[in-house]
Amino acid sequence: MAIYLVRRILILILTLLGITFVTFLLIKSLPGNPVEGLIGERAEQATVERIRRELGADQPLLLQYRGYLKLVFTGNLGTSYYTNRKVLDDLKAKCLHTFELAFAAMLFASLTGILLGTLMAVTRGSIIDRIGLLISAGGISLPVFWLGLTLMLIFSFLIPLLPPSGMGEGELIYLILPASTLGINSAAYIVRITRSSLLEVLSQPYITTARSKGLTKTKVILKHALKNALLPIITLIGLDFGSYLNGSVLTETIFGWDGVGRYAVEGIMRRDYPVVMGTVLTGAAFFVFINFFVDLIYLYLDPRIRVRD
Amino acid sequence: MEWETLIKHLKKNPWAVTSLVIILVFILTAFLAPLLSPYDPLSINLDSLKLPPSSGHLFGTDSKGRDILSRVIFGARYSLLIGFAVTFTSITFGIIVGAFAGYFRGKTDIIITMLIDLVLAFPSLLLAIGISVALPPGIMSVFLALTLVGWAPFARLIRGIVLSLRESQFVDAAKVIGCSPLRILFLHIIPNCLPITIVAASLKIGSFILSESALSFLGLGIQPPTPTWGSMVSLNRTYLLSSPWMIIFPGLAIMVTVLIFNILGDFLRDYLDPHLRI
Repeated sequence: MAIYLVRRILILILTLLGITFVTFLLIKSLPGNPVEGLIGERAEQATVERIRRELGADQPLLLQYRGYLKLVFTGNLGTSYYTNRKVLDDLKAKCLHTFELAFAAMLFASLTGILLGTLMAVTRGSIIDRIGLLISAGGISLPVFWLGLTLMLIFSFLIPLLPPSGMGEGELIYLILPASTLGINSAAYIVRITRSSLLEVLSQPYITTARSKGLTKTKVILKHALKNALLPIITLIGLDFGSYLNGSVLTETIFGWDGVGRYAVEGIMRRDYPVVMGTVLTGAAFFVFINFFVDLIYLYLDPRIRVRD
Repeated sequence: MEWETLIKHLKKNPWAVTSLVIILVFILTAFLAPLLSPYDPLSINLDSLKLPPSSGHLFGTDSKGRDILSRVIFGARYSLLIGFAVTFTSITFGIIVGAFAGYFRGKTDIIITMLIDLVLAFPSLLLAIGISVALPPGIMSVFLALTLVGWAPFARLIRGIVLSLRESQFVDAAKVIGCSPLRILFLHIIPNCLPITIVAASLKIGSFILSESALSFLGLGIQPPTPTWGSMVSLNRTYLLSSPWMIIFPGLAIMVTVLIFNILGDFLRDYLDPHLRI
């Protein structure tokens, strides 16, 4: 287990280095001269040269990468062309909002997904099962941004129940629409995996044993089956966190949620490259860490991995 | 894959047949767009601004008086083209790279696996955004961004399969009769990966179409006035309350397209390889 942990941490570090290299290459290939972008096109040639040297743009690629790494690890992701504020400060301020939204979405997706999936597995082949399958197929195929707009049209304008956008003073009612929009894709996947994983477990001999020793069906499903079916579900929920980062870009824009995703989109609209690249890097770093923690949870839940080394 | 059993399976699965038919209709529609669309998708008409759906304009018109149905029909061209092109390229690339890694093992494998893991370390849309911001906007930028992100899962899948295939007897037999490694790889091993690849492709094409629509929605895809489903939803957002048809129809087009590809993918998976979990 110790070997596994050390190896996993090494991989974590390598991956983090890797994603910084990718964003570095992306920044290098951005359109336009970064120096001009920084000081405007009318600057004197001497100033341009000086800043080029300061940025290290005249050095070989790997040296430049080292410079970039130094910047990133000291927490400098550049400043926004547009607002002149530090990208990292902006991200820090906004990431909590995104987490709040993502967490609510995850809760929504897990609860509805596991509930519906269990119901479908238990009543396999019934009307509930079929309708559920259709809903989950639809949920996977929905464009998030369109779903958001449609929900807004229905629940804020036609039936004015929920606020159409913004965050209010942090009331939960503002979370409902964005969180269910963000969670719907994931919920659809969780329904599917819960159903198939539970069906697999339910066909095991120990379930028959538990039933034949007189336990009720509900008890068997809750205590014996669901617990063992949970592993692939948890993996999916964890791995799907990346899709929340993807989805938050679209959801936050639609609902005016002041998070990282909307920040990135504003960056895209204004061609504010440090903002976009800073968000891409930070998002990827978070994703890598989340996967790392999912692996740790896995280690805790599945004794087989602990024994393997 | 015998045709008779395939047809037997299809008969038992009306959903798959329906979606296959719809896909063919959509592809035909995309090809024949200039013939089928009732209006020019680009022509601005100040006499017919924001008209609700009617017999003259089945899907209504947008804020510039353009016919939404015509724009949705033309939009199918770009969504399907990108969907197929990205799937084909990323699968081809994924197969070759994954097969090399799985067959030759050693250093090749380590480097390729690192590359795969690196791409998969990013949230996919975020990386696609990063790539398409760095490229001049247009159809090529969407294509490149989605392909550069999309090959990795295929490569990982194929690598795993090739790792186990290379230990099979038919590979030993091919070695004994003196086949070169490349011949074994391309003529013996890769053809054996094809059924799984077809399943993976049909399951992924929908998500590529969704990603294309998301990039278009963000203004990173094909640029207006060229109609794409994603950009139609995005540009008409301000009219959500007053003229919802401008948004509902392009969105429905995305959803139906992705849904039928997913249904077909599920069917192919159950038919070709029930144990596969993608």
